[in-house]
This record gives sequence, C-alpha cells and structure tokens, in this order.
Amino acid sequence: MKKYILAVLVDNKPGVLTHVSGLISRRAFNIESISAGYTEDADITRINIEVSVENDRELEQVVNQLGKLIDVIKIVNLGLVDSIVRELVLLKVRASKDSLADIRNIVDIFRGNIVDVSPENVVIEITGSQGKINAICEMLAEFQIIEIARTGAIALSRGPIPVKNM
Amino acid sequence: MNGAQAVLESLKIENVDLVFGYPGGAVLDLYDAVYKAKFPHVLSRHEQGAVHAADGYARATGKVGVCFATSGPGATNLITGIATANMDSIPLVCFTGQVGNPYIGKDSFQEADIVGITTPITKHNYLVKKVSELPRVIKEAFFIARTGRPGPVVIDIAKDVFTAELDFKYPKQVQLRGYSGDFTGDKKQIDTVVKALKKAKRPLFFIGGGVTLADQTELLRKIVAATGIPVVSSLMGLGCIPALQDGFLGMVGMHGSYAANMAVQKCDLLIGIGVRFDDRVTGKIEAFASKAKIAHFEVDKAEINKNVYAHYPVIGDLRWSLPIFAKEIQAVSASCRERISGWVDQVLDMNKKYPFSYTVNKDYIMPQELIDTVSGLVDENTIVVTDVGQHQMWAAQFFNSRNPRQFLTSGGLGTMGYGLPAALGAKLGQPEKKVVLFTGDGSVMMNCQEMATAADNGIDVKIVLLHNHVLGMVSQWQRMFYGKRYSHTLLSNRTDFVKLAEAMGLSACRIEKPKELKARLKKALASKGPMLIDVMLPANENVFPMVAPGAQLDNMVLGGTEE
Repeated sequence: MKKYILAVLVDNKPGVLTHVSGLISRRAFNIESISAGYTEDADITRINIEVSVENDRELEQVVNQLGKLIDVIKIVNLGLVDSIVRELVLLKVRASKDSLADIRNIVDIFRGNIVDVSPENVVIEITGSQGKINAICEMLAEFQIIEIARTGAIALSRGPIPVKNM
Repeated sequence: MNGAQAVLESLKIENVDLVFGYPGGAVLDLYDAVYKAKFPHVLSRHEQGAVHAADGYARATGKVGVCFATSGPGATNLITGIATANMDSIPLVCFTGQVGNPYIGKDSFQEADIVGITTPITKHNYLVKKVSELPRVIKEAFFIARTGRPGPVVIDIAKDVFTAELDFKYPKQVQLRGYSGDFTGDKKQIDTVVKALKKAKRPLFFIGGGVTLADQTELLRKIVAATGIPVVSSLMGLGCIPALQDGFLGMVGMHGSYAANMAVQKCDLLIGIGVRFDDRVTGKIEAFASKAKIAHFEVDKAEINKNVYAHYPVIGDLRWSLPIFAKEIQAVSASCRERISGWVDQVLDMNKKYPFSYTVNKDYIMPQELIDTVSGLVDENTIVVTDVGQHQMWAAQFFNSRNPRQFLTSGGLGTMGYGLPAALGAKLGQPEKKVVLFTGDGSVMMNCQEMATAADNGIDVKIVLLHNHVLGMVSQWQRMFYGKRYSHTLLSNRTDFVKLAEAMGLSACRIEKPKELKARLKKALASKGPMLIDVMLPANENVFPMVAPGAQLDNMVLGGTEE
C-alpha cells in the first residue's frame, strides 16, 4: 500500500463534504485521513485527503472518480510533487509532579508545546510528519496517554505555485 | 411569482412538455401551481412508477425526464428509479418536496434526508432552502443531467420555498467551476487507434449505450459499413446496429451469442465505444479479450481502466470523437476490409453455425418462440421495453431491434418492476410508435399498480406477459448451481392476470396453445388501447448460451431444455 495526499479544491457550498466522503466510501477507497478548511479564496474549500492505494490504477480511479463530482474544482496529488506534509496532534497525558520534568524534556526534544496543565495531566500540542508523531506517542506511552486528537495530514507544495494553478 | 410557479416556468424554458409525479403534503403548493397552469402531468400510482416512467420517456425521446414527489416516503420511493437511471446514465431531473425550513433536521413528519440518501446514486443533487437559488439550481440541474455522461439530478426543495416570492430571472448560462460540460478530448488519442487499426488483423467493435446516449448511431453505422469490422453489442447498445445486419454478432456476455463471445476472445483489437465493461459482459476479467489490445472511446474518464485496462483510451464525448475517427479511417477503410476478410468470414461462419436457438414444442409455447413471433409481427419503429429476468434476456436475444432508443431495459441495476411504468413513459414520449412490453409474472407484480395509470390515461401499451409461474432467472441459477433447491422462486397458479388487468381497466386476453399463438398475438397487438396479453409458458426453460458467473467468455453452456 502506498500513501498519497490529495489536495482537493471544492466549491464552498453545503453538502460538498457529503459528496466527497460519500464517494470515497461507496467506491471502497481506503483513506487514512480527511480534513477540510477555508482557503485564501472565500468561495473555495480545500479538502486534504490521505489515501492508501494498492497501485497506480487504483490511484487513477480515486482521482478520476473524485474529479467527476460536480463541486470538485481541482485535484492535485501532492505525493507526486515536492511538498511539505504536517499534522497537528493534541495529546492528553497523565502527569504528576514527579513525571512533569521528564514529559517536558520529551516535548522539547520533539519541539512540541505544553498548552495546558493540571495536577493530574498535561495537554501537549505537536505538529510534524506522522513518523515524528508516532515517535513521540511511543515515548509518552509510559506516562499513559489519556486521549489523542489528530487533524490528519495536510500538505503544501514547495515553491510559489499554488495547487489551483498546477 | 412564487417558488412553485418558478419551477414550472423553468421547466417551460427547458422545453419540458410532460412531468410524471405523485402529490403530497410538501408539494401541495407545487401541485396547486400545476393545476392553475394546467401543466402537463401524468399521475402514477406509486412514486416508483413516476420515476421509471420519466426514465422510459427519457430513453425513448433523448430528452430529460422529469418527475415530482413529495418529501419523506414520496422521495424515498423514487430511490430505485433514480439508481436505475444512474446505472444506465439516463438524464433525469427529480423534484422532491422537503419539509419547511424550520422543520429540517427535527425528524419532522414525512422528513427524510434526500440529499444524503441520493448522493451515491445521482450525478448531482441539491437542497434548495432559499427561493432566490431556485432558477440557478434548476438551470444547473438540467445542464448537468444532459451533458457529458448523462445522469439523474435530484432537487430537494423546502416546502416554504414553494410559497416564497421571487423576482424570477432564468440564467442564460451556468457557471460551475468544477464542471464545464465540455468533453472535447485529445485528437492524438484517436490517431493512436487509427494507427492500431492499420495493423489489426482481427478487429472488433464493441458498442454500448453510450452510442445511443450521444445519438451517434448514424455515424457508427457508416463507420461499420466502411470498414466492414464485425460488431458485438452490450445489452444497452442493442438497436444501434440493426439486429439482422451482416457482421452484427449480437449481444456479448453472460447470455451473449456464441459468435459474439468467441469473437471477443479471438480478436486482436477490441474497440469499445460507449461501454463500461460491466462484469456481465466481461465474465472472468483476467481472461477477457486476452489476445487483444483494447481501445476505449468514452466520455467518462473514470471508466478508463476501471474494469479493463485500455491500451488506447479516447477520452471525450462521442459527438466529438466519432466524427474525427470516421474521417480519419476513410483512408484506411478499403485496405482494412481486404486485410480482415478472413476474420470476418470466420466470425460470420460462427454466427451462422451457432445462432440463438430453441426447440419448438407442440404442446407448449416456448418463451423464445413468443418473442420471435412478436418480432416478426411488429414494424421496425416499435419500441420494446422489458422488465428484468429470463424474459429480458430472451427479448435481447430474439427480438430483432432495428433502431436506437427502441430497446428500453434496466441494464445496469437490473430493476424488476421497471418495465411497465417505463413503457408508459416511452409511449407518452413517442405516441406515434407502437410500444410492446415484455414482462414476467414476477416483474410485472412489482409495479402492477401502473396498469391503472395506463387505463385511466388510455396509454396504448401492449403488455406481453411471459407467464411461467416461476421467478425464472433465479430458479435457473438454483437449477444449475444450487442443486435444484427452488427456494422461494415458485409462484402459485392462483393469480389471474387477465382478471387483474381487467379490474384495473385494461383489456386482456390469454394465449395457451402454440398453434393459436401467431394469429391471436397479431390480433392483440393490432388492437387499440392498453392491453395485457397473458401467455402461458413452461416453467423449466433456461436462457442459453450462458457463461457461468466468474467463467471466461469462451466457456459457454450452449444448452437445451431441462427435463
């Protein structure tokens, strides 16, 4: 299985996310994550989809089937161009006076931030590649991770050209 | 003007001359506008009947079919019909009422999320919550339904939108950033096919419903005549090439002809035109046309390489690609004819040796004999509509379709109950043409309420009922693959279809003996007005040839009657 991040530009209209996610499920495509948000253009929403595919033909099918949706304006496979991939994760980790310093050290090494603290826990914010996120999760496991919230992967290509002009 | 009037005004601008539908609470205001405007409308007896009728109307005329239904159950009753149209790429615009804006999302009376439900089975859909959006949405819906690869579009309209006032202005053009409606492709792809054709020794055309949808039959016939390349067809492509034309090998696939299936397996260049390589066509996909390079003319990019790998794809509207192809092959047609003459002889010989066949019985009317007889009795402009099952396959095999838009059948979804309402829609769309429905005692019951629609509106369709007291196709599979365990496929003898038809207001007759078949059919088909012709048949006849599910195309059971 190979993973790719697709940047899907869609009309900013109600029901669009239903159309996109509905298509993915009925065509039985495997997705790792999906996220959506506003863009520099108020009429356009960008949906970031991380797909897992067996081969190029399946990838071609995902792109072509998504392309058929009326509200889809443009699809670019950022896995095929030089691009930066990030994911934001919030981690709620069990913490005590004794363990706080160790947790902080780990968070610093991974260049994350502690954004909330209570006598029993901390909330850590960290961005990065999935490899990095998996690594910090592994390190923090010994303190007990209470809860994880992940945005899924988003990506931008390197250089000045935006997806809409690719 | 209010929203309801705006809908009808928009329909007029889109040249819609007939709507099928069924009223209800959420569309009361729309129906009030229909009443006041005397807008042409046919009342079905079930929403499913309305949507199939709109579909039959669209297939027979090439226009966009339109239907109305109310919210909740009215709209959910459309689902099977929308899915049927979606699978066969039929242009429909379905208007459904939705509960009023303040009630949406509250599980209100007769509320259902129709946009959510129809998303997987429509080309596009809309929920209209503001009356100002209505003209734009309707304009877009018709544009989307009929351009490119056609398909059904649903417009779900909140009840209060129908009564809200607007300053009606119908847009002249659509502005969709993600859909231009322009399906012009890359000419180089066509050059590649022509180049391949120059070298091919055993080329074969494989045509499908896309040819009809793009209205390219005339041009296709010219291309076939010029090159002499033999043709096989999918179920949806029947009628594009006249059934009895030399070089036409008939339907390909699970119940395709021996010659068609063998030709696919032996050819060295398979040129698919407006087809999607359905599993009922290909059989075992790895073995499909394994000796051939495949060219694929197709408007929908996502169909390329979906089921089979296309060596030479031609992506674009057939209205664009076929004229260029026709022009480019002029120079190579003569040499092509010469080079392939041995191949043509070979396939014609196979077709002559192994035609679709059956054994006449002096005690029973054979189903194939019935279709054969009807085929000989009606003129070339007759529209045949089928339901789904054995009779559908026999109709495909034994009815000689001679023109496009005259063999209407639920190919992709295989919807039992499609036939009767679709036949009514076809007749209303083409009142000058005779419409004959082939149906079974299983299928007809799935929408038999539409006999009342036929009777009340005097819609002259001839319902030929292949009455064998069995759910034929399923029982055939049980006979062949499930040790003759006829689980719930045997129908009782108690239903009297003649009485049922008469009770609904149709005329009806019953034919039981082979020797009276032709004369009585002739009389019945020539009569005026809607009629049910109940033809009694034996229960144990199989549809052959048959490629068993998962088998490769040249592995056919040629068959005979099971004792």
